Amino acid sequence: MNDTQLPIWEVFHQEKRGASHVHVGAVHASDEEMALQMAKEQFARRQECVSLWVVREEHVVKTNYDVPFFFARNTDKEYREVYGFPAPLKGKHRE
Amino acid sequence: MDVRERTYEEKITEFEARIARGEKIEPGDWMPDEYRKQLIRMIGQHAHSEIVGMLPEGKWIPHAPGFRRKLTLIAKVQDEAGHGQLLYRAAETLGKSREEMLEELLEGKAKYSNVFNYPTPTWADVGMIGWLVDGAAVVNQRMIAKSSYGPYARAMKRICFEESFHIKQGQDLLIKMVYGTEEQKQMAQDALNRWWHPTLMMLGMPDSDSPHLEKLKRWGVKVKTNDELRQEFIDLVVPQLKSVGLNPPDDNLYYDEKTGHWHFTEPDYNELKRVIKGDGPCNKERMEARRKAHEEGRWVRQALAVAKHKREAPAV
Repeated sequence: MNDTQLPIWEVFHQEKRGASHVHVGAVHASDEEMALQMAKEQFARRQECVSLWVVREEHVVKTNYDVPFFFARNTDKEYREVYGFPAPLKGKHRE
Repeated sequence: MDVRERTYEEKITEFEARIARGEKIEPGDWMPDEYRKQLIRMIGQHAHSEIVGMLPEGKWIPHAPGFRRKLTLIAKVQDEAGHGQLLYRAAETLGKSREEMLEELLEGKAKYSNVFNYPTPTWADVGMIGWLVDGAAVVNQRMIAKSSYGPYARAMKRICFEESFHIKQGQDLLIKMVYGTEEQKQMAQDALNRWWHPTLMMLGMPDSDSPHLEKLKRWGVKVKTNDELRQEFIDLVVPQLKSVGLNPPDDNLYYDEKTGHWHFTEPDYNELKRVIKGDGPCNKERMEARRKAHEEGRWVRQALAVAKHKREAPAV
């Protein structure tokens, strides 16, 4: 029986209410209950924590580092940025 | 779009350029086989060292002087188990399973840090492991936190944070002994005498005897050399020890005004080679204890390996 491997779960940690869940690492566990327990022991032993998420590693859909054009900004998209709109306000603050 | 397969030359140029720019390598990136191999070796040995490292101190848990010291030691040993797991997971991202690594350790095929093959006959040894061994480990691990492989560097940040607690509890324990009875002070000095050389060896073979050094530095696996790390550790720890009246066992230890570094006597690296290869004072004892723990924990692992949906009777 394979008892030293177990499935891998990615762990997401929320430090306080209002913060985002942040990926902190992974644990090995046979089911959800054990995964949460292991995640608590491994990642919330000292650090503040109000919520943990665990997700089976194979359920995480990933982009490939080898395909940089997926994120490339080939065309001029300055209209998506603050700097694309330079018209100044005529300032009553100057008076 | 150019879809032709890139040549090895193109791949390695891109890989080395990425590292030279200070970018991290992530799982799934192309990497030279030698880079992968060296990292699996380093991370695996690092993980095994955390696991075996629980043993010399774990032995003192039942004998700790007082409840707070006992709780502290349990917490420290639990941290080491946690570090081992973080590191096994980092190595897994390079394609070697935790199961394979654990088997290699149990079969005696895997190497781990020399320092854990030395005995811990007195309570002062627990403090010395924290102050010296964890102190040297942090110097090394801070460097790894800046190394080029993303998952290893990330694991190190978390581990270094916890190691600082390990160092402080060791210093606290020893400082109280040093200001205790004459016998306690002597016990602390004896522990320093025994741990000094093994700790200096722990930072690895001298640069003159490190054949892969140039490549490991170019690939950002190592950001500093073993000799640089050893000097950094000496410069850090010698003033700390001397400030409480503890003296490292080295007659040629002095502060060199010209270089701004402490001059020290190199340890016997032949002893390091022997201990790493299995011939240290406690190698056999450590491996036996590890195998015994593995066997005695089997029923727990087997119970945990059964997923919940298989444990519970299906609803009728």
